[in-house]
Amino acid sequence: MFHTPDLKEHNHANELSVVTRILCAIAIGTLSLSLIIVLILTDNPSSSLPALVQHQLTQSGVQNPVTAVLLNFRSYDTLLEIGVLLIVAVAMLPNSNFNSDINPDIPSDNLSGGRLVSVVTNAQVNPTLEAVLRWLVPMIVVMAGYMLWTGASLPGGAFQSGALLAGAGVLVQLSGRLQFCFTSTIAKLLITIGLITFMIVAVGVATTTGVILQYPTELAGPLILLIEIAATLSIATILLLLYNSLATQIFEMSPEPSAFNKQPSAQE
Amino acid sequence: MSQDLLYIIASIGLFGIGLYGLIVAPHIIRKILAINIMSIGVFMLLVASASTVNGTPDPVLHAMVLTGIVVAIAGTALALFLAGKIHTLGQASDKDGH
Amino acid sequence: MGFSVFIDGCLVIGILTLACLCLATKTLFTAIVLFVSLGLLVAIAWVRLDAPDLAIAEAAIGAGLTGALLLATWRHLNTEPANNDADTPNKSGDKNVPHP
Repeated sequence: MFHTPDLKEHNHANELSVVTRILCAIAIGTLSLSLIIVLILTDNPSSSLPALVQHQLTQSGVQNPVTAVLLNFRSYDTLLEIGVLLIVAVAMLPNSNFNSDINPDIPSDNLSGGRLVSVVTNAQVNPTLEAVLRWLVPMIVVMAGYMLWTGASLPGGAFQSGALLAGAGVLVQLSGRLQFCFTSTIAKLLITIGLITFMIVAVGVATTTGVILQYPTELAGPLILLIEIAATLSIATILLLLYNSLATQIFEMSPEPSAFNKQPSAQE
Repeated sequence: MSQDLLYIIASIGLFGIGLYGLIVAPHIIRKILAINIMSIGVFMLLVASASTVNGTPDPVLHAMVLTGIVVAIAGTALALFLAGKIHTLGQASDKDGH
Repeated sequence: MGFSVFIDGCLVIGILTLACLCLATKTLFTAIVLFVSLGLLVAIAWVRLDAPDLAIAEAAIGAGLTGALLLATWRHLNTEPANNDADTPNKSGDKNVPHP
């Protein structure tokens, strides 16, 4: 386990010996058996939290108990989770590449220009995928919007609809016709709008009720919907950025970070 | 054997398989796969112990697992990015150094 | 009562088998594909455990997006740079990425 990690696929120089593997298997098997025995013998502790959630559900603004817990009772955890996504997005943003020869809106020295989505004119297009996407992407967008709206009473919510939109974006990038540039102004706005809206709402309700993230009861439903809309946009853009920066990596070491250069990446 | 007991055993099994794969597998992407399998096992344990309450299942544990799924993909993306960077730097040093 | 135990038993056997196979196959591509299938079976397991929100999230994020990220990195680790080799081996089929 402590060797240098392998990056070539069929390199057998770093494999552990058979004896070590059998010892590992025996140790892990013993650990698993003891965990199973402990879990069987333990009484399931009766928690008072589900009864509390049921009791307060009518005052939370939504009818789905999972959405109520995520965005009202434990909204601080969701706030920090969106912050974690933003941190990972910032870490992976410089790695995303785009072909600046066909993205003509980037000025020469500006670090934050360009359009979010631009059309690639002379690219290898996958014709079947592009034809299917003309029908599929609008349906996915409608489905994501429905899932966002119905998260208040039925299974759904912000994370699921954001993941659907990110899936649609991955398909669009795979077809080859459009490319994304995440250094544009709109992209940065979309990435940060989830956290900003959440924090504005969190501090704004503190001026009325005195406690951060304590929604007033009659405004709880609309506030939750507002936070969910912003979070959906943010989550979709961040997940699409994660895929984009992994799919358009370059192989050579350039002296400066590649997303802020106008040079085309030397991939082929 | 009740439903919860079956899924608890499955979750511990998944955790054990993931841990063995993490120790033994040589390639770095297999280690990342093993970590994801371990996290699936932990989530299954949480949800299996959430459904033992009669009536509606425990929504606090469901919310915790939902948060966990999103943070797990963020961590996986960062790990894959670091693996790609190691590969790129290794290729550059192979070209320059030797 | 008996039939639900049968379905749960089949699901659990399938999940454990897929997890073992995922870490034991020789080729890395097969391991990634088996991981995506494992994610789908786990999504059905969430439905059996009365957690439909988790099922939607796991199918979209856990199986779909994680599979896409893994395949993108696999392609990056397998393709050699063009100025060292005569031709770049394209092992990922028709995975179109904007080429410069």
